[in-house]
Amino acid sequence: MTLTRRQLLILLPAAAVAWDYVLAGTPEASPNYNLAEHWWAMLIDITKCIGCGSCVRACQLENQVPDGYFRTWVERYHIEDWQMEYPQVDSPDGGKNGFPVLKETGGKNFFVPKLCNHCADSPCTQVCPVGATFVSPDGVVLVDQTYCLGCRYCVQACPYGCRFINPQTNTANKCTLCYHRITKGLTTACCEVCPTGTRQLANLKNPNDPIHDFLRTHSVQVLKPQMATRSKCFYYGLDGAVR
Amino acid sequence: MYPNEVELQWSVLIVLYPFLTGLVAGAFILASLERVFQVQAVKPTYRLALLTALAFLLVAPMPLQLHLGHPERSFEMYLTPHGSSAMAMFGFVYLWYLLAVLVLEIWLDYRHDIVVLSQTTTGWRRLIYRVLTLGSTNISPRALHIDERAGWLITVIGIPSAFLLHGYVGFIFGSVKANPWWSSPLMPVVFLFSAMVSGIAVVMLLYMLLTTMRRESIDMGCVDTVARYLFYTFIIDFSLEMLDLIHRIYEADESFRSLDFMVHTRLYFSHIVVQILLGTVTPIVLLAITQVVKLTDLARKRIYVVSGCLTLMGIFAMRWNVVIGGQLFSKSFLGYTTYKMGFVAKEGLLTAIILTILPFLFLWVLVKLLPPWPEKALLAKTAEGGLA
Amino acid sequence: MKILGDAGHLFRVAAVFLVGLILFLTLRSLLVPRSFGRYGHYRANAITEIAALPVHYAGHQVCEGCHSDVQEMKSKGVHKGVACESCHGPLAAHADDPAGVTPVKLDTAVLCVRCHQENIAKPKSFPQVNAAEHSGGAACNSCHQPHSPAMNVGVAP
Repeated sequence: MTLTRRQLLILLPAAAVAWDYVLAGTPEASPNYNLAEHWWAMLIDITKCIGCGSCVRACQLENQVPDGYFRTWVERYHIEDWQMEYPQVDSPDGGKNGFPVLKETGGKNFFVPKLCNHCADSPCTQVCPVGATFVSPDGVVLVDQTYCLGCRYCVQACPYGCRFINPQTNTANKCTLCYHRITKGLTTACCEVCPTGTRQLANLKNPNDPIHDFLRTHSVQVLKPQMATRSKCFYYGLDGAVR
Repeated sequence: MYPNEVELQWSVLIVLYPFLTGLVAGAFILASLERVFQVQAVKPTYRLALLTALAFLLVAPMPLQLHLGHPERSFEMYLTPHGSSAMAMFGFVYLWYLLAVLVLEIWLDYRHDIVVLSQTTTGWRRLIYRVLTLGSTNISPRALHIDERAGWLITVIGIPSAFLLHGYVGFIFGSVKANPWWSSPLMPVVFLFSAMVSGIAVVMLLYMLLTTMRRESIDMGCVDTVARYLFYTFIIDFSLEMLDLIHRIYEADESFRSLDFMVHTRLYFSHIVVQILLGTVTPIVLLAITQVVKLTDLARKRIYVVSGCLTLMGIFAMRWNVVIGGQLFSKSFLGYTTYKMGFVAKEGLLTAIILTILPFLFLWVLVKLLPPWPEKALLAKTAEGGLA
Repeated sequence: MKILGDAGHLFRVAAVFLVGLILFLTLRSLLVPRSFGRYGHYRANAITEIAALPVHYAGHQVCEGCHSDVQEMKSKGVHKGVACESCHGPLAAHADDPAGVTPVKLDTAVLCVRCHQENIAKPKSFPQVNAAEHSGGAACNSCHQPHSPAMNVGVAP
């Protein structure tokens, strides 16, 4: 079989691209995981959260989060009467060891777990000067620890306060939605240990996912919708006073 | 406060960086007044303004490098700049402004002196000048005319480049929708005008200082004109800042209560006292007096020195209030934190002080190497040596 | 060409700039990471590197593989939705080496109280007690079997 010049013109660039992949030495992910079949999100049911802090502890243990910094945390709200402009909020050590008893006896009181919202229109990835933080094809906002300069622009740009600089690596760090677990068929550490089912992971590309179904049939909210970040962390039962 | 917000991300070094690039942009705009807008009165400050701009520009990346978690990776901004990030353009804008504008313009303006000095000095100084000539010793009238036209063109390109160099810093802050203290379309404009104010003030002060040190008489026509431009620019800068303030107070959006409390408590001294009263209103009033009342040369000189110093202090305070102030309140609008500035630390006060003094040391070297006022010495040498 | 001769120094400057530009472009092509840009403006290998990080929590399905008796008891009680590692901590190391790595014995005084201490912010329907008054100082597992905590199931092992 002889190659015509036209065929060669098509084959050569293709071969070059393939050779480039070989040279790049793509490390193997979990062989069964298909990026295109997943679009990750999380549902948090405020009506069930008991503020035990198990999620905060589990996240720290699973992801080696340094003390004083938080990939996820729990806030407690106390709202006197109807004034939702002025809630009292506390988060002792991120809620890691639960919450002390409140002195107040009335009003609205509830817990709000928070984490990276894995925004589809993420402002933190928009401002990264070098492309060290990004939205993966399956919807998880990740930080490339070997590429990050530690300029802290992404930390400033996140409206939810979920990023920090890891003092050991001097790079930006935040919730990865336990990417190393969800790509292996496990759930996130925080969802695994949540005793009441407050936190639930969801795959929005899976039409049979029960959480996906919940989102279709119930009133859900996101934090700071006015920021238009297309946050994928949905809350059920979120009070208007929550910041 | 959200738990991760308690520690401030951007330190005093990030306050210093816009202050330094502001001085660069402002000094250059002053220089361009003579070159492009033919304001002959300020000619004595022309070369000094360019050298000042260069001295500060050389130091400008240092606070950034010290602040980065991984300064050794900073070259990544040249490899893979992220198109949507204002910060990504820093590397290119900086290099462009340094090489294609400042260095080139200084070289073209000084070329005649460099060639003469390369033939009249000895030792290692001779070597430096010979390298700077790039091997060409042509200082014929036609060559110098070409230099002058090329320099004019570069200045014209340099004005928008200077705006870009400092304007993008304002945009870095102004485009962060998460932070209501920063997010504003006025931010780049306010940064630019306050930069021009600080740049003009620093060149005015340096000119008066160096001329006094050289035991020459200060050209009052020059200084009066510079001070007048300072006054006009200050009026515009003050108006912009007041517009922002009034707009905020009037609209009183969800962040207002939290920001208002912060300005009245944590930022009271730096914002109300230092930036507004001492750093803006006082210099404007003093300069207005010199425009309206006929004063002696000595009185005007004293007012200019006081105004200049207060201005620089006020503009630094403005940068402080923007950068540090923007991080003192929580994005939940429900809490505040404090800035713990170390002294002898990588991002501490001592580092900031050293980095502020360093440009003056660079300037001293530059003034020795490329004297802004060589006329007498050079004329004497040319008369002696019979050089072209 | 007199004009060119007088502008010779400008050509020298242009040459310096050109050399600099070529040097920059060469360095750039050498230094940009290979996998950069495959999916977007980032290093695609970062995705696989992050996915390869070590796992510390095994997940309750792994525990149930060996401890089916406990799972049997738990599935009949109100703690059926509580994962094993929620109380017992990360045990992937134990799952990989059951004999070599033994889980830590838990202290109910701290553990049970963290969830069940009464707090006005907890949902009203959630079982919560004032720990000090409820048991008069006795350990929780002296009356409640943690894997199936209802009172009539029997005492802890």
